[in-house]
Amino acid sequence: MAHINLNNDLPGIRGLMAYRPETATPLNALAEMLLRNDDNTLSRGERELIGTYVSYLNDCFFCQNVHGALAGHYLNCDINKIDEIKNDFNTADLSSKMKSLLSIAASVQKGGKMVTEEQIAAARLENATDKEIHDTVLIAAAFCMFNRYVDGLGTTAPLDRQFYINRAPQRAEDGYLILR
Amino acid sequence: MAHINVPEGVPGIRSLVMFRPETGKYLYDLAQELLRGESPLSQAERELIAAYVSKRNDCFFCMSSHAAAARCLYNDEEGIVDDVLNDMQTADISNKMKALLHIAGKVQILGNEVSFEDIELARNEGASDKELHDTVLIAAAFCMFNRYVDGLASFTPTDPEAYKEMGKRMVQGYNLPPQQ
Repeated sequence: MAHINLNNDLPGIRGLMAYRPETATPLNALAEMLLRNDDNTLSRGERELIGTYVSYLNDCFFCQNVHGALAGHYLNCDINKIDEIKNDFNTADLSSKMKSLLSIAASVQKGGKMVTEEQIAAARLENATDKEIHDTVLIAAAFCMFNRYVDGLGTTAPLDRQFYINRAPQRAEDGYLILR
Repeated sequence: MAHINVPEGVPGIRSLVMFRPETGKYLYDLAQELLRGESPLSQAERELIAAYVSKRNDCFFCMSSHAAAARCLYNDEEGIVDDVLNDMQTADISNKMKALLHIAGKVQILGNEVSFEDIELARNEGASDKELHDTVLIAAAFCMFNRYVDGLASFTPTDPEAYKEMGKRMVQGYNLPPQQ
């Protein structure tokens, strides 16, 4: 049971959003723009992967499964592959650019000041643009919020990981502005 | 210098949202709703939570600007802000506010750190569900804002006078700055 009475049975952040729609509006709009808007040189799959990895580092079960399933859906791979990336992205089958961006995201998870000039230079060497670096930092920072919101209020989450995999195609189609 | 090419001389998050207004719009909408919208917590109390979490995240820009806004809102009692940032347990604030700041401090560490006992303690001091919700989401949101501001190494003024002006402007509301 969540720490507060949400007056609904929805899992994770969805229960919080139904409880407080005034704050849900900008939160959902931010997620849609950051993760799903197509005017972006990072693919939806790459952006969901950054969200998944940060949620894993923040130990947020709900977020890492929702977004892990979405990353798998977009990147056309199963949950085992996503788990391998979370476990050690450096040895995973990812581009060098993506690895340099995940390294920046991991530093953001620890604290903003943990991002070094060297990490930025390494990402640039792999042709990461200013906008890609910006979006990586903001996605990582946003998940440091979403994860704390979900766990800080003790929300419930289905334990069966298949639940998230089954829902991913519909969420990918609906996006974050249509909640059903 | 910032890690990416943002407008020069513009401080903190302002420079970042000018670089990327598509996401900036929703970040400002969120700040406006959380800190200026309807809530059982006063605007001064909400700015105080923001400054407290920003201090714990070692984000000088957010701590200084939100402390300045909180001082404006506390008026004659502006000394409360520095007392809380110095040691909230000995500050002249209600036991309820201390219990909420304690929860905000837990959220700053990680969502899962908030315990049933922390929630009970706040409830025993009269905290409502909505106050608990808003406290957790404000604390979580500043774990995002702080990482965004420092993760991209945005310009951080050191002159206290600069923050005094910022605080006055912030009290009027959070509006996306015009494009340069």
